[in-house]
Amino acid sequence: MTEYTNQGSKDTRSGFGEALLELGRQNPNVVALCADLTGSLKMDAFAAAFPERFFQVGIAEANMMGVASGMTIGGKIPFTGTFANFSTGRVYDQIRQSIAYSEKNVKICASHAGLTLGEDGATHQIMEDIGLMKMLPNMTVINPCDFNQTRAATLAIAGHMGPVYLRFGRPKWPNFTPADQPFVIGKALLFNEGSDVSIFATGHMVWNALQACKLLEEQGISAEVINIHTIKPLDDAAILSSVRKTGCVVSAEEHLRNGGLGDSIAQLLGRMHPAPMEMVAVDDRFGQSGKPEELLKKYGLDVPDIVEAAIKAIARK
Amino acid sequence: MLTIPELEKIASQVRRDIVRMVNGASSGHPGGALGSTDFLVALYFKIMKPDPSRFSMNGEGEDLFFLSNGHLSALWYSVLARYGYFGVGELSTFRKMGTRLQGHPATAEGLPGIRTSSGSLGQGLSVATGAALAKKLNNDEHLVYCFLGDGELQEGQNWEAMMFAAGRKVDNLVAVVDCNGIQIDGPTDRVMPMGNLEDKFSAFGWKVLTMYGNDMAEVVETLKKAQWYTGQGQPVVIIMTTHMGFGVDFMLDNHEWHGVFPNDEQTKNALAQLDETLGDY
Repeated sequence: MTEYTNQGSKDTRSGFGEALLELGRQNPNVVALCADLTGSLKMDAFAAAFPERFFQVGIAEANMMGVASGMTIGGKIPFTGTFANFSTGRVYDQIRQSIAYSEKNVKICASHAGLTLGEDGATHQIMEDIGLMKMLPNMTVINPCDFNQTRAATLAIAGHMGPVYLRFGRPKWPNFTPADQPFVIGKALLFNEGSDVSIFATGHMVWNALQACKLLEEQGISAEVINIHTIKPLDDAAILSSVRKTGCVVSAEEHLRNGGLGDSIAQLLGRMHPAPMEMVAVDDRFGQSGKPEELLKKYGLDVPDIVEAAIKAIARK
Repeated sequence: MLTIPELEKIASQVRRDIVRMVNGASSGHPGGALGSTDFLVALYFKIMKPDPSRFSMNGEGEDLFFLSNGHLSALWYSVLARYGYFGVGELSTFRKMGTRLQGHPATAEGLPGIRTSSGSLGQGLSVATGAALAKKLNNDEHLVYCFLGDGELQEGQNWEAMMFAAGRKVDNLVAVVDCNGIQIDGPTDRVMPMGNLEDKFSAFGWKVLTMYGNDMAEVVETLKKAQWYTGQGQPVVIIMTTHMGFGVDFMLDNHEWHGVFPNDEQTKNALAQLDETLGDY
């Protein structure tokens, strides 16, 4: 299989922060808003370099979303920053009316998504955010897989006209995609060609899917690994052509099964090409405190869980 | 320059439009719209005087208006049409299938004059504040106006926005609060007493003005005063007292007319009280 090596673990939020600073230099219309989490979101470099374009709004996320919406009216490209929970669930109606329905060019940038937030526990570990955001008409939903891809995605969304939800995480995580890999919104990336099963993964789970692919290869199973960084719009063509070849599917994501990537893929396949499918995702429950790796294991998002799901899917063909 | 009697004539026609639109749609919110008519007519025709032929979403180089209490859509649509944003004939499509005049204002249908959707209450002040900040970044010295209802201030987001606008010295922003003392379930003092709004805005760091909103001369004078107070380090708010249903005796100060349409008989009765000054649509 194609070899991927960890170039040194880094947090995806730092990829966001680095790109935001670069965008500040590139485009005078880029502005940033933060709800008292500048350090956590890695927005401090932008804030220091462009103080006149950085807006600290305090612990008031609803107002932040409204202010961001209003700033687009003067031609600004606002990037809002807070944790994923406070970027979505807390402000759903503000996003719905003032951003999505109003078609405003706001980039909602959300860190600390999913279980890998760790010790803070379930109040902060949102695993419903992809579902909430993908249900909104006009909204683009992106969940990059490592530092380099988060950096590239952040740069890409600045050039996309319309509301975007960009989801990334807290922990240091293997950084394995090439720094110069082009990021095209809505275009899936083939990370490993295979013939027995298609594994579609997003976010942190892409690395785990590649590890699972290696283990499957040792068992003589050829897995195709496709990185779905854009959950909406979904790359229907890439998914269908892979499944037509392999005949079965595994999805992997750090999200609830309800409303996540697997849910989107199942809808597509149900309509276009029904096939056996296993979903590596969190069942209908909240998270809890713990270390990221402990939580991934407990909630069934570890490498062996993906291996097992692949074998199960193949057996159902 | 329009005189006060000329503005009053426009207001009378707008009130006729509101009654006819709500009757024609068999739905809508006449009470607050009638009460706030004098203010919105004065704001567009005497104070902001935007150029409807050069409407753009980004609104550079002109004053902007945001209707946070989106259920007053019939009033806004009538003012926009009478001002020249679109033909008055389109008012007859209000709330009907395929219309650009949605029940609550929407940008999705491309109606000129509208820059954000509203209806879910409590969001407009934040949006207006953002638009005002963008104007500052663009060195655009024009003002941003935001209209809110008194009951709407029960939504917490307003207080976040009030804190932010004062804290960040957004002094090119003028908020106007329609205090008719009435919301859907009854008098605001009974549904959720809000205390002294002047003191509250003042404590949040706003420059506070007051006016009686059903006297055209006073409305124009106070709006001019508000313009004068901008650019001095504080956002400005006008606490405007109005009568719900003003102009139609059986709707006056009656909360039952918040969101109920008049039947044909009631419409006839209402229109007999309002002069047709510019020709019905």
